[in-house]
Amino acid sequence: MSDHALETRDLSVFYGDTPAVKSITLTIPSRRVVAFIGPSGCGKSTFLRAFNRMNDLIPSARVTGEVLFRGLNLYDPTVDPVEVRRRIGMVFQKPNPFPKSIFDNVAFGLRINGFRGKLADKVEESLQQAALWDEVKDRLNDNALGLSGGQQQRLCIARALAVEPEIILMDEPASALDPIATGRIEDLIRVLRENYTIVIVTHNMQQAARVSDLTAFLYVGELIEYGETEQLFTNPREERTEQYITGRFG
Amino acid sequence: MNGEHFSPRLAARRRNGTIFKWLCFGATIFAIVMLVILLVDVTSDGLRWLSIDFLTRYPSRIPARAGIKSAILGTLWMMGLTASISFPLGVGAAIYLEEYAPANWFSRLLQTNIANLAGVPSIVYGILGLTVFVRFFGFQRSVLAGAATLSLLVLPVVIIASQEAIRAVPRSLREGAYGLGATRWQMIRHQVLPVAMPGILTGTILSLSRAIGETAPLIMIGALTFIAFPPTSPMSPFTVLPIQIFNWASRPQADFHDLAAAAIVVLLVILLAMNATAILLRNRLRKQL
Repeated sequence: MSDHALETRDLSVFYGDTPAVKSITLTIPSRRVVAFIGPSGCGKSTFLRAFNRMNDLIPSARVTGEVLFRGLNLYDPTVDPVEVRRRIGMVFQKPNPFPKSIFDNVAFGLRINGFRGKLADKVEESLQQAALWDEVKDRLNDNALGLSGGQQQRLCIARALAVEPEIILMDEPASALDPIATGRIEDLIRVLRENYTIVIVTHNMQQAARVSDLTAFLYVGELIEYGETEQLFTNPREERTEQYITGRFG
Repeated sequence: MNGEHFSPRLAARRRNGTIFKWLCFGATIFAIVMLVILLVDVTSDGLRWLSIDFLTRYPSRIPARAGIKSAILGTLWMMGLTASISFPLGVGAAIYLEEYAPANWFSRLLQTNIANLAGVPSIVYGILGLTVFVRFFGFQRSVLAGAATLSLLVLPVVIIASQEAIRAVPRSLREGAYGLGATRWQMIRHQVLPVAMPGILTGTILSLSRAIGETAPLIMIGALTFIAFPPTSPMSPFTVLPIQIFNWASRPQADFHDLAAAAIVVLLVILLAMNATAILLRNRLRKQL
């Protein structure tokens, strides 16, 4: 198996005729955390959503170029986006638990994908992995909307982990959370890193510096700089990167 | 401070606010008062005829022996069949229009026509029902022909109410389901429909409340007014409460007018029971969410 989890080649995304992502080529290594940073509207979320074909759901969006996953172009006509989204999971900006019980939130992905093991065991395992089990084990049948924002987001992570993805995409997963809940999500990312490849979009530069191994800086749809996080934050090669991370624009 | 640039007239502005508040209160009270007057009037006219016998007897030429058993059963059959036809068709159409239909001129044409159909007078549906269901499909003057006609009448409302309920399901839930590898249908079945169902049910029952009072289209397709037996199958001839009421109210004898009033009370009770069921069902489904 190659040590590349994902690779994009000349990937562009258009909304109508407006390009949101302009011909980006980059490689995401396996079992690392890669952060996308950049000012609002720079295309980082759109770029992320190209990895599990979420942009397919927006009628005006159009993708050109390639996303290679295990040597296969995800935009090949033979590829089913439904299967892609199981293997490349996603956690969204605002916690979006289903208005069902905690148990059913995790079990949903298992049921729809024809999981054949013991449902309850897998639900517990997923909640353990998301560091939520101890807080919810006595109220699995309670409505998930009764959880705090941070718990809801960890539930969404558990839900994503349950269907055994190889890559987890996180679109500003802590932007709606308080600092303590954010800290727990970041701790979780550091643990999950051992078994999963994680791509995280964030507009919080400290967060990118804290959790990621590699950082990509995007600006108006272009990839400006991509490299080891420490190097990018301490010694950026590009002037625009330096200006952004020192807070001079964005 | 440049006080001379303003003349606050605070007392006058507050007074205008108070006047407006009472006008709005009057508008609210007007509707309620009218309903109460109607209820009191109808109940006082019909009260002496209201009895168990009235509910369990068949119509008669003699007021003291007349009852509304066949009309009640006809109405219940009619509502049951209308609901079973219009609910699946209406929800299915709403799902198609909201979730599947491409955004093109054809979808817009469908949408506009459904909105227009909601405003077509009910007698027109009666003529359509007579031509299509009674004659072409050969349903004769049956409960089924009536229910099919009333289904056409309420379908646009069911579709539009269901569409609104489906549209109100947040995008984040849909994306959450897709993100786990759900197909479109799995997403609709497990996330959209459960969340939209309270709204869909409310819309459906409210539209059935309209159908329960319909008289004109059923007379058009040939509902009978004097029936001394209950409907036993969808193909039975039938009458319904509004037709029985209309029939009694149009007779010269005063006793029949009071019988009509008693039947109106029964119709209103059935209507209120239906609406109460809708509210209970909705609250229960909401609680499950």
